[in-house]
Parts: sequence; structure tokens; C-alpha cells
Amino acid sequence: MAEPRFAVGDRVRARPVDPPNHTRLPRYARGHVGEVVEVQGTWPLADESAQGVAAPRVEAVYTVRFPAEALWGTPSGHWVQVELWESYLEAVG
Amino acid sequence: MSGRHSNSETAVRVRRLEERLIAAGLTSDEQLDDILGKVLSGSPANGARVVARAWVDSDFRERLLADANAALDELGLSMSSGPVPVRLTVVPNTPTTHNVLVCTLCSCYPIALLGPSPSWYKSEAYRARVVRDPRAVLAEFGLTLPADTEIVVHDTSAESRHMVLPMRPEGTAGLDEAALTSLVTREGLIGTAAV
Repeated sequence: MAEPRFAVGDRVRARPVDPPNHTRLPRYARGHVGEVVEVQGTWPLADESAQGVAAPRVEAVYTVRFPAEALWGTPSGHWVQVELWESYLEAVG
Repeated sequence: MSGRHSNSETAVRVRRLEERLIAAGLTSDEQLDDILGKVLSGSPANGARVVARAWVDSDFRERLLADANAALDELGLSMSSGPVPVRLTVVPNTPTTHNVLVCTLCSCYPIALLGPSPSWYKSEAYRARVVRDPRAVLAEFGLTLPADTEIVVHDTSAESRHMVLPMRPEGTAGLDEAALTSLVTREGLIGTAAV
């Protein structure tokens, strides 16, 4: 298992993907930019274990905080924290 | 499984599935009974104990927020309903921040600690709306927050589970730990009530 690619404070974008298989990347977060607030640890990638992959990839899982206005377009004084496997995320320059 | 439902279609299907898993050597009756026993021992009362202890013991509160699983150990509680305990985080409400829990993808919930989730927690309406407009959803639950209170919605989308640590209500300085425990509700532990 490699070191986690992202650290607390990093800005990340949830990949704008639409996989045909089970995923734990909620649709409402896809394509949006948030901030890593916690590196939770490592777990087997749910997308692969759900497909019965014998040895699913083990990846870091991050808590990523998105401002409501990024997700829904209107400022409403709330945040949504989503827990995302590393391969769901890309760095924001 | 209670005898009352033993003839239901679901019970028959569950039993058939159990028999297949046991025949395949993947589990045993003993293991299933052990897991069910642990699931059924979950209760909001466990969460209430944790909260009341955190209210009266600030050192425990710090340990709880830093490593909730270890803090549960101290009270003889656990997040284990299978071979591996599930990671728990406890998120504290403050005068400026209110936390509320959801699982938008299905119905993930700290069952081993708190028992089964309420039915509304699994409803599509709650799951879809609380991430988009939590203030309105909370108001429908009877919890109207000040306009400047920030809300954090925690979507339980991976392998951790969460519990809210409500703020200790005003006017409870004279209450002991047992009395404080009785104030805490399941909704308070999810964040749809103040306590």
C-alpha cells in the first residue's frame, strides 16, 4: 500500500465519472471541488469488492468537505462531508 | 429471528441463504448467532451513556473525539458485530456548528452500537433532501437552528460510521451522569434533534 497521495488541507476534485458498476462516489459530488479534512485509513476499494474481485485494491479513504454552494449552486450555510476512496479523486492545481 | 416471522417469505429466503453459506463453509450457525446477538445488543442507550460521560468528564470527551473506538472500550461498549470492529468517529456539536448524519447511497448506521436505524433514516426523502437543504429538513423534525449556525452533513459513504455528540443542555448543572443519560435521544445521536 502506497502512502496516501493527499493530505489534510489539499483541494481535490471528485472525478466526473459514471461507472457502470457499483461505486461509493455519490453522483452529487462528481466533478466538484472539496477539501480533504481527514485521512481515515485504508480499505479495499468497494467498487472492486462489490464485483467479487478476489484481491480488491486497497486505497486510502479521505473525508472530503464540499461547500453546499459548490454542490447545489445556492449558498445555504452548510457543508457536506463525503468519504471517498483515493481513485475517486484528482488533485486541483 | 423471532418465531413470529418464521413462516414469512423473507424468513424462508434468509434461512435458505444461511444454509447455503453454511454448506459452503463460509459461516456457521454459531457465528451467525454471535453476530445477531451483538447486533441486537446495540441500542441508543449505549450512545446516551457515551454522551453523558463526555458531558461530565472532559478528559473522556477528548479521548472520545480523538479515538472513539478506544473510548467505547473504556465503557465496555464496542463497534464490533463481526470479526473486525467498524471504525467510529464522534462529531461534536458546538454553539456555531451542528452535525447531522445520513447515508445517501443506502442506510449505513452504527448498528453495533446504537441498534437498528429509524425507518425515516432509510427513506429516500430524508437521504435526498438532507444533503441539499438540511436546515429545512431539521426544521421539519422540530429543530430550528439559528441562521448563523453552520451545518455539517456527514454522508456515510465508505467504511466508517459516525455518532453526533450533542451539546449539554442548559440548566443541567445539577444532574448526575445517570440523569443526563436519560436526556439523550436517538435523534440527538443522529443530529435531527438538539439532544
